[in-house]
Amino acid sequence: MRKTPFLFLLPALILLILFVIGPTLFTLYMSFIDWTGKAKGFVGLKNYIEIFSRKSIINLEKPPLSPPPRGALIHNALWILIHVPLSTVLGLVLAVLLRNVKGGTIAKSMIFIGMVAPMVVGGIILRFIYDEHAGIVNAILRTVGLGWMARTWTAYPDTALFSLILGSVWIWTGFCMVVYSAGLETIPDELIEAAKVDGATSLQIFRHIIVPLLKPATIVVVTMSVLWVLKVFDIVYVTTLGGPGGASTVLAFEMYMDAFFRIPANYGTAAAIASLLTLITLGFAVYVIRLMVR
Amino acid sequence: MKIRALIIHAIAWAIALAWTIPFIGVFMASIRPYEEIVGGWWNIEKFTVTLENYWAVWTHPTAPMSRAFLNSFIIAIPSTIIPIFVAALAAYGFVRFSFPLRDMLFLTIVVLMSLPQQMVILPVFLLETRLGLWNTHIGLILLHSAFGLPWIILFLRNFFTTLPVEVEEAARIDGASDFQIFFKIVLPMSLPALISISVLQFNWVWNDFFFALILLVSPENFVVTQTIPVLKGRYYIRWDHMAAASILAMSMPLLVFALLHKYYLRGVIGGTVKG
Repeated sequence: MRKTPFLFLLPALILLILFVIGPTLFTLYMSFIDWTGKAKGFVGLKNYIEIFSRKSIINLEKPPLSPPPRGALIHNALWILIHVPLSTVLGLVLAVLLRNVKGGTIAKSMIFIGMVAPMVVGGIILRFIYDEHAGIVNAILRTVGLGWMARTWTAYPDTALFSLILGSVWIWTGFCMVVYSAGLETIPDELIEAAKVDGATSLQIFRHIIVPLLKPATIVVVTMSVLWVLKVFDIVYVTTLGGPGGASTVLAFEMYMDAFFRIPANYGTAAAIASLLTLITLGFAVYVIRLMVR
Repeated sequence: MKIRALIIHAIAWAIALAWTIPFIGVFMASIRPYEEIVGGWWNIEKFTVTLENYWAVWTHPTAPMSRAFLNSFIIAIPSTIIPIFVAALAAYGFVRFSFPLRDMLFLTIVVLMSLPQQMVILPVFLLETRLGLWNTHIGLILLHSAFGLPWIILFLRNFFTTLPVEVEEAARIDGASDFQIFFKIVLPMSLPALISISVLQFNWVWNDFFFALILLVSPENFVVTQTIPVLKGRYYIRWDHMAAASILAMSMPLLVFALLHKYYLRGVIGGTVKG
């Protein structure tokens, strides 16, 4: 047996074990330890029971359709339910719309800027456009006669979460559009021309030719969107700090709070939240990978 | 038909322009005095162009953007070069050699791609505190280098499988060693892929906020993304300063995107985007 393959892999394995695989396993281990201040020993599922009984993680006392705060886990779910369909459909429509438009590459780049800029900047911009006085959203509302609605949208519990979700759709749609555009390039023009000759309307072509042929792109878009949305942290930190009153908090942010913000820090529950988030994320990723391999 | 095409053009461009309005707003806020934009940057009866906001954040007393820029470069450049080099070696190992557990090991690495940053940060924080690497640039560079590996390995492995084996075999017959083949033949042939991946990894590290937030605590070590929230202002939000800092922070990734946008998009589509 030759040693060479191991020499090629060795540096990567060392880095991965020290900073990724090792820490992941250790976080999982920490989630079963009472670790407030310092490590105090194995406590079984106590940390998990604690996080699931927290209103900031999951608040089941509120009726189903009541406004936030509903707890980070439910906020994450809402984020997926609203953001993923919206950005997917918008991305598809924009890709199709910009396909044969003059200067389409430039127009697409303009929509893609949100993905290129740091998420922190995206967050600052969201806070800015939603501001009561300096924000363009409220200026538009006033112009169309809805001035009574004008307010700092991120500062109220019933609107903070939804404002952030819509804002993150604005940031992320560029990605969906770019993937769909690449998918569109694989559809031969002749196919669409032939359908036109046969008398198909644009809508029929869209529904019966373009959408089915873009299925691989849709899988990529939906998968990446779900993974991205689950990990959202930066814009929450910058715009609302999870507030007001936990109304816009998410799992990644709650983990940060427990480990690095609240006093005393609780590494045990922070690790439990991180493990929960990872379980959801990896579970979803493995599910998709298995679908694709099959 | 002509009218139809015209309408489509109008709608498409209107949407694209609407999409950039928030960025236009931030830019407008960054080049005008606070009084002019606090009631709305779209009011242009009074329009004074000034670079004062940029100067203020560039030379800010506690968290100057100038130092943050330097720090971001100190972090982002090695955090791009190290993982790409290490991942290229590993990806080549996966493509050209067979060894026990190869496919399982590769699959594990692929799965790690979707790992949340929160899952590794606590142990890394504890480890680096103990090793004296916490609150140092090296500590953050090491973490970024390792965390970027899975998706770079996947991307480069996919690329290497498209390279013709014949060239490498010919070199082997001429007596070249595995490493000579890798450095003299494989890497030069992979230049387009390496550029794509560098562009994405550089931007990803530059844009990262969470790792820096935990691992760098002294203002003199802060990177660009960390510095923006610090400039918020104490009693009222300094939109003018935040806007200037935002424009500065995004200028670097935007420049990279503008110059190399073919490579950038190839990277985004070629594998998966980093998230």
